[in-house]
Amino acid sequence: MLELVIISTLNGVLYGMLLFLMASGLTLIFSMMGVLNFAHASFYMLGAFFGFQISQWLGFWPAFVVAPVLVGAIGALVERYGLRNVHRHGHVAELLFTFGLAFVIEEVVQMIWGKVPVDYRVPPSLDFSAFTVFTTTYPAYKMFELLTAIAIFAVLLAVLTKTRVGLIIQAALTHPNMVAMLGHNVPRVFMLVFGVGTGLAAVAGVIAGPAFVTQSNMAAVLGPILFVVIVVGGLGSLSGAFVASLLIGLVQTFAVSVNYSVSDLFAGIGFSPASGTILHDLWEVTLAQIAPIIPYLMLVLILIFRPTGLLGKRET
Amino acid sequence: MTDAAKIGMRTAQPADWLGMARRYGAWLLLAAAFAVLPKIFASGTAHTMMSLMGIMIVFALSYNMLLGETGLLSFGHAVYYGLGGFLAVHAMNTVARDALPVPVFLIPLVGGFSGLLFGIVFGSVSTRRGGTAFAMISLGLGELVASSSLILRSFFGGEEGFSTNRTKLFRVFDLSFGPQLQVYYLIAAWCLICMVAMYALTRTPFGRMCNAVRDNPERAQFVGYNPYMVRFIAFCLAGLFAGIAGGPAAINFELVNASVVAAQSGTVLLAAYVGGIGNFIGPVIGAILVTYLQVMLSDVTEIWQLYFGLLFIGMVMFAPGGIAGLIFMHEPLWHAGAYRALFGRLIPAYLLALIPGLMALVGLILVIEMTFRLMVKASEGTRMSFFGVPLDAAGAAAWIAAAVMLVGGFYLFRRTWPFVADAWQHAHGEMQRARRSAA
Repeated sequence: MLELVIISTLNGVLYGMLLFLMASGLTLIFSMMGVLNFAHASFYMLGAFFGFQISQWLGFWPAFVVAPVLVGAIGALVERYGLRNVHRHGHVAELLFTFGLAFVIEEVVQMIWGKVPVDYRVPPSLDFSAFTVFTTTYPAYKMFELLTAIAIFAVLLAVLTKTRVGLIIQAALTHPNMVAMLGHNVPRVFMLVFGVGTGLAAVAGVIAGPAFVTQSNMAAVLGPILFVVIVVGGLGSLSGAFVASLLIGLVQTFAVSVNYSVSDLFAGIGFSPASGTILHDLWEVTLAQIAPIIPYLMLVLILIFRPTGLLGKRET
Repeated sequence: MTDAAKIGMRTAQPADWLGMARRYGAWLLLAAAFAVLPKIFASGTAHTMMSLMGIMIVFALSYNMLLGETGLLSFGHAVYYGLGGFLAVHAMNTVARDALPVPVFLIPLVGGFSGLLFGIVFGSVSTRRGGTAFAMISLGLGELVASSSLILRSFFGGEEGFSTNRTKLFRVFDLSFGPQLQVYYLIAAWCLICMVAMYALTRTPFGRMCNAVRDNPERAQFVGYNPYMVRFIAFCLAGLFAGIAGGPAAINFELVNASVVAAQSGTVLLAAYVGGIGNFIGPVIGAILVTYLQVMLSDVTEIWQLYFGLLFIGMVMFAPGGIAGLIFMHEPLWHAGAYRALFGRLIPAYLLALIPGLMALVGLILVIEMTFRLMVKASEGTRMSFFGVPLDAAGAAAWIAAAVMLVGGFYLFRRTWPFVADAWQHAHGEMQRARRSAA
């Protein structure tokens, strides 16, 4: 039991940190431009596929650096030549633009790499077990993912709170007009944030690709969860996104490892609804089976009972 | 519709035949068209496609009640369409099993009723706020229902879904609804009823309040209306019509499947937006176009969804009013009687721009198709056929031709813009003169 708890906690924190790598960019972009970037998970997917392709040509470490930079550059271009033009049509148009972009990116990825998963493997230099908990060995690659995510989190926090650029970004979140009056190029700041945000998502893609499955539907699977994270944490709140990422990471990881259902609870009484009914379905479903819908339940509950999110200040 | 026409409508007396004709003529024409169309396009494929179009028209119009009329962007509208479809299938199976006296053409009512019911349940939690919050909740609810379809197997039937047989139901007038043509007329009748109902709804004070809540919820509140209530009612009604669309879909396919239905949330958004959300006719155009492309384009190329996405992005960036918006842009010219400028200058200018534009488009498609052939279909060889022209995707000639068409076409297209802008200015000048002389 303790073994399960330790391993699940490690996996949950790791999943949560990966979610945060993406959610941080998404929430920064949202609070700055008011745009919910529907295509954010698509940049994560591009990161994974670029990482795969470049590691085929040059090896994993160059890919680890080059892929996020490339994706970040694509992100910046999308902001400069796409989103900025759509901006005058209003927020709905911006949201729809990113929605269409997610659609197109998925199709392009399918066009280039096909629909089946690509063979993106853990690099040999990291393919060993880091330590053993009771009987389970924990792979070093997962520790590498965890450390990378934590390091990026630390750098991001330092840049945002301690540097001049960070101060301008923070100011532009709340008072973009005033920042522009003071002579800063606010559109360029937006472009920068969009590029860095998508680049961070790509980092998550490069390191998560070998651990999960690198496939053309990975954006569609992860995208909605990212929205859950930033809404549950509170739109625009970086610390909220952090808390919510860890929360959802842990909840989902623990849920899939628990195989209990309501029928187990009532097994002693011997009561069970007739099979073939909806009640019977609900009765027999295990916690592991409902793991995929837990985030969405959380989203709906949060939006009903605490629309500002856990740590957010503004109403969604 | 111009102001003059609106006034004409309001003052029309029941005995005023001209007013009656003006008011109902378009609908009578539409009904006649629905009746005659399967005789003109008599093939089985055409009947199937027109059935699909009818379903999509109702679904897209119900979506536009949210997005276009009330300003609610929903990413989960297929929930009500799908639940309507599932309950319709269950109802059909129950009717067939217990031999209840319910004919198949009343089944869409079951779909509509379930759409309304779930609209009330989900609407009460999701319409408290508009804008981004609503979009997020609709997305969450859509994902929630989609993923619970794998848990509630006795209702959703897991991955296979549920099937039914429309011919086993109670028969009236000896109609079996076996042939596709009968199904088409069933769908066309429901489509016409729903179109009339939804159009009438936009003309009621409630429809106007929906527009007010879309444009400025705060001021709507000052006038004494609760925006939450207006959104909620609009949401429920949109659910109702989406559910009605789900009923004919169940009758048409005789099958419902949760994963197929879930994908419709995106399709209906695409259809409504590409057609144009600012006009009632927009989603109708979009539904017809999108269904046509889905059926025809998927035969021609495997990557039709990419073109679909590019079309959508292009629309969002350059024509946010959709196809209907582009057409109705010219309505003032038409009504002012500036026909000479419209047909003599503006349309020739469009045609002039269209030629290099099409050239660039063909170049782009060629680049995409050749890339697709080289990257994914490499095992089938590099020889391919493009609009009936045989070419070699690995050869330099084809790539050079594609690049010339793309770059040259785009350059010439940009060069023709001044002509179009000039013609537009000219037409507007003539319109103003016509208006002044009329005054």
